[in-house]
Amino acid sequence: MKKENVIVAEELTKAFGDFKAVNAISFEVKKGEIFGFLGANGAGKTTAMKMLIGISKPSSGQATVAGFDVYTQTESIKKNIGYMSQKFALYDDLTVKENITFFGGIYGLSRAKIKEKREQLVSELGLENISNKLVGSLPLGWKQKLSFSVSLLHEPKIVFLDEPTGGVDPITRRQFWEMIYKAADQGTTIFVTTHYMDEAEYCDRVSIMVEGKIEALDTPKKLKEQFKVDSMNDVFLKLARNIE
Amino acid sequence: MKTIGYIIQKEFKQIFRNKGMLPIIFILPILQLVILSNAATYEVKNIKFAYIDYNHSSTSRALIERFNASTYFDVLTDFPSQEKASAAMLSGQVDVVLEIPNNFERNLLKEKTTDLSITINAIDGAAAGVESGYVNQIVQSFNKDVKMTIIETSKKVMQPVSIESIPSFWYNTTLDYKTFMVPGILVLLVTMITLFLSGMNIVREKEIGTLEQINVTPIRKSQFIIGKLFPFWVIGMGLLTIGLILAKVIFNIPMLGSLILLYAYTSIYILVILGMGLLISNFTDTQQQAMFIAWFFVVIFILMSGLFTPIESMPKWAQLITEFNPIKYFVEIVRMVLLKGAGFMDILPQMAKTLLYAIIMNGLAVWSYKKVN
Repeated sequence: MKKENVIVAEELTKAFGDFKAVNAISFEVKKGEIFGFLGANGAGKTTAMKMLIGISKPSSGQATVAGFDVYTQTESIKKNIGYMSQKFALYDDLTVKENITFFGGIYGLSRAKIKEKREQLVSELGLENISNKLVGSLPLGWKQKLSFSVSLLHEPKIVFLDEPTGGVDPITRRQFWEMIYKAADQGTTIFVTTHYMDEAEYCDRVSIMVEGKIEALDTPKKLKEQFKVDSMNDVFLKLARNIE
Repeated sequence: MKTIGYIIQKEFKQIFRNKGMLPIIFILPILQLVILSNAATYEVKNIKFAYIDYNHSSTSRALIERFNASTYFDVLTDFPSQEKASAAMLSGQVDVVLEIPNNFERNLLKEKTTDLSITINAIDGAAAGVESGYVNQIVQSFNKDVKMTIIETSKKVMQPVSIESIPSFWYNTTLDYKTFMVPGILVLLVTMITLFLSGMNIVREKEIGTLEQINVTPIRKSQFIIGKLFPFWVIGMGLLTIGLILAKVIFNIPMLGSLILLYAYTSIYILVILGMGLLISNFTDTQQQAMFIAWFFVVIFILMSGLFTPIESMPKWAQLITEFNPIKYFVEIVRMVLLKGAGFMDILPQMAKTLLYAIIMNGLAVWSYKKVN
């Protein structure tokens, strides 16, 4: 079964002066895929992601996201994507419900739709008792789950997750990945960066960025065969060592 | 429109939930108004007054009695000679010396005119000016035919100044400095609070990372900015209202002109300040930076606004700079409308300039706000 590409990047580059943070990367992501975007700190993952979500202009190269050009149609891209940043970015001084209402409103959902989503989300996350509490008072794991759900509020085609499970305990991480799978099952494409190599194993396909370039891109299984190792962890270490 | 509504709702919730900010927004300005209006005064009281009476007539005694009755003057002594009086002034015991000549009463009765001589310690020039005004008022009210020669002295020079004009004070007939200061301080607090709040608001979202989240939504720049700034516009108008009420209740400031006109002007004026705040937050990364820059502008604007020192007495180049000072226009308008009862046509020039300023400021601010970098 041939699936359509929802993200296509060709020679995408972002330079800051002489330094190329992202150096001519090319890849495709298919609809409904969980695409792992791996790399060491400073490899250029976040910079690449910012170009794809339309808040950073590429220096050169081409890319389309959900069929829209990253140079000229950033606002159309934004209608079709969800984004969860490294930094927790809901409002700490608003309650769970108020955050949902606000972001629903910003994405232009109708009042009835917001209400429906709000109730659905609160019950799915089991937040009934604390839905009127300020988000700032929640534990990190809950915040992250809430933040992921909020990024899915407007039913985007693609959701970009930048290290969504950083600093979260193993149980919550597992729950988080269950949520990711559920979203992917419903046809949402997941573009996720992570530093946890066990999470990389959960992805359909994985790319590994080293110093601004994509050095490897395939399914976790094929990558392990290609590098003749048993785990994604070793794949990652091998690639990183080669560079050093 | 609906989207803007969601932002406004969120902003108000955040403002009223911030227990640290609320008192700063509403209580501090009130304190400022009450304290500053009472403290920032040009009034000079307890002036040390002495006289030399060569005339010893009933008229001269009546004149001195007038000074005695004034709350501004403490009548100390009479000196037998000018040398003694000068010595006392040099040693700082006396601020003002009134010299009544020998023929004072006779000239006044026969020739319907007479002379007086006043010596004022002018080391503090501003105070000396005020003192001469007081003396003038008392003498003129005593008898319009008395011609005075005022000699202002500093410790070095004696400069004779002859006063020929008879002052009459319009619009603030009692020369009450509160009447003059309160409207000005009202301007200050509306300006400071709205500038600081709007300047720090968007930069705060930058700091906590929520601005990035907003930037990946399809929200339009204009929607976001209007939604962000509107609550502060409301707060600015609210502060004006609180200030006007206090001005009336506590200070009994006359309000001759149309309050609607004042509100109309203020609604445009606040746009200038909000645009400025937004511009500052676009070019800064932290609230600290934004605060410093906002503070820098506020201090310059206040000191060059004509609030404390008249613009007419500034050097030409400084007067030119004040043309770009929005606070100057607001101070002028508030005083014109409240104290003089100025109408729409009177304030039209300032109104037009402020409107132009608002368009430029907000244009720049919207232009420099970037969702994509």
